[in-house]
Order: sequence, then C-alpha cells, then structure tokens
Amino acid sequence: MSGRSFFAFLAVLAVLGLLGFGLLSKGSAGVDIGSPAPSPELPRLGQRGTGSLADYRGRWVLVNFWASWCGPCRDESPALQRFQDRYGGHAFTVLGVDTRDLSGDGEAFVREFALRYPQLRDGDGGAAHDYGTTGVPESFLVGPAGRLRLARRGPVTETYLSDYVAPLLGAGAKG
Amino acid sequence: MTRAAAAILAALCLLPVAASPAAAAAPKTSLPDIEDEVMCPICGTLLELSDSPQAEREVAFIRRRIAAGQTKSQIKDALVAEYGDQVLALPRGSGFDLSAYLVPIAGFLIAAVALAVAVLRWRRRGAASRAPAAGPTEGPEAERLEADIARYDL
Repeated sequence: MSGRSFFAFLAVLAVLGLLGFGLLSKGSAGVDIGSPAPSPELPRLGQRGTGSLADYRGRWVLVNFWASWCGPCRDESPALQRFQDRYGGHAFTVLGVDTRDLSGDGEAFVREFALRYPQLRDGDGGAAHDYGTTGVPESFLVGPAGRLRLARRGPVTETYLSDYVAPLLGAGAKG
Repeated sequence: MTRAAAAILAALCLLPVAASPAAAAAPKTSLPDIEDEVMCPICGTLLELSDSPQAEREVAFIRRRIAAGQTKSQIKDALVAEYGDQVLALPRGSGFDLSAYLVPIAGFLIAAVALAVAVLRWRRRGAASRAPAAGPTEGPEAERLEADIARYDL
C-alpha cells in the first residue's frame, strides 16, 4: 500500500469512527426485565451526601423518576406515599429520583406532598437515561438482588401498586 | 450661596463617576440575553423556543436571579449546577469542550493547505504539458532541419 493510499485509508477510517461514535453516544440506554438495574451515585435531594440504589441491596426498591413540573407526577405521589406507609421498611422502599428539575422546586414538591421516602437528585438526567426512560413519571421495581422486575411507563395508580407490585413483595411485605 | 451651588453641581458631576465602577463590576443582564444561550434540557431546544412546563420553571429561575442582581455568568453557572453542562447551548471555551471550537478551525486550515498544495500541483502539471516538445538536436533529423532552415534562408 502506497503512502498516499494509507493516508486515504486512515482518513476514511477516522470519518467512519466519528460517525459510529456519534450514533452510539446518541443512542438511548435502557435495561431489560431480569437485567441488573443501573445504580449510579446521585446527590440526595435537600440533604448533604449522595446515595444510590446499591444502598438498598437486599430490599425491594420501587425507583420512581419524577419532576416537580410534571402533572402526572403530582397525581401519583399520594399513592406512592400511601404504598410506602404500608409496605416500607426493611424489605421494601420507594426511592424517588427527581430528574431534570430545579432542586428548589423538587424540595418544595417533596414538602407539598409530605413525601417521606428517600429522594435522590438527577439534575442532568443521566440516571433517567441509564434506565431508558422516555419521560416522567416512570417507575422500576428492582428486586433484592438488584435485578429489574417491573417497569411502568407513566404514572402508577393504587390499582397498579396493589395488583402488580405488592404481590411480588411477598412475605417481606409489612402490613 | 454660590459656593453651595457649585459644591452641589460638583457632587452631581461626580456621581456617575463614582457609580460606574460598581456598574462595571456587575453588568445588568436580561432574560433575552440568557435564554438564547441555554437549553431547555427536556425539550432539547433553546430555552427561548420552548414553552413547556419545565422551560417555564427554568425561566422563572432565571428571572429570580436577574432580580437578585446576578450576572449572566453567575446565572449560567447556577443553571449548570442544576442541570449539568448540557444546559449550555454552546460548549464552554475551556478543557475538552475547547475542542468543539479548535477542531473545526484545524479542519479548515488542513483543508486550505491541502487545497493549496493540490492547486500548485495542477498548475505545475498544466505548465509541463503545455511546454513544447524537445526537438531533435542531433542525428539525421537535426541535419535535415538545418538543411531546411538553410534552404529557406530562415
């Protein structure tokens, strides 16, 4: 291969590499049922320090992505808090993730709905992207071993929680 | 009375001079000045083009900070603290983001140099092809040429 052909080959390779990188970086992530759930380290909403899904290993966790500007999130929040009141404990917790939201607005939302389950902050939407969310609210039930068991696109309801989530909590459920 | 009037006049003249350093330290900014440089992260468009609920919250956030006297730079930093770098419509001019500005310039320069080299080569090839072919300088052909020139008295 002559020097000129080699440089042309390198140039074509570089262009293809850039195109491939662009396509891969734009692609959406996501997680399949049964796969390990992403567990990024995130700041705690309204508190110092960070937290992640891994902190709750051994428990069932309902990871709920929400934002204060989202109407359906307002609708589902009371149901989530009631579910937490009934089942929350050593075997289960709801874990709120305030995504692409202003922290002050998120904290006001938590106060307004008197949410007492743990809350993390996902300002740049990185965690929501890792879970493959397409909007808010979306909820993901993660088993004690850290694997995804259920995914709910859109708001959860009392019926959904009692029909789909509660039966999976099994003997570990409280009340 | 005249002295008092002169003193007041002098004080009035000095007021803008005294106020100007403070004004220079904290230049006023406005919503239109910022919203065309930041994104609505959920919409994926410039904030000035968005009217989603999230964009409304972001605009309110900016308005509060403008009212508090913050500079454009301070407000953009606060937005980055909330939403990350993706809230900026243009990459920052430092660190890895600087490559967003340098790579196109480097690409342009490389392309310009490559074009100049190619043009020079084409011109040289063209000049070489237009040059007259070398005639016979010796041998039978040269002798016949000399004879013809002599015959026609050229």
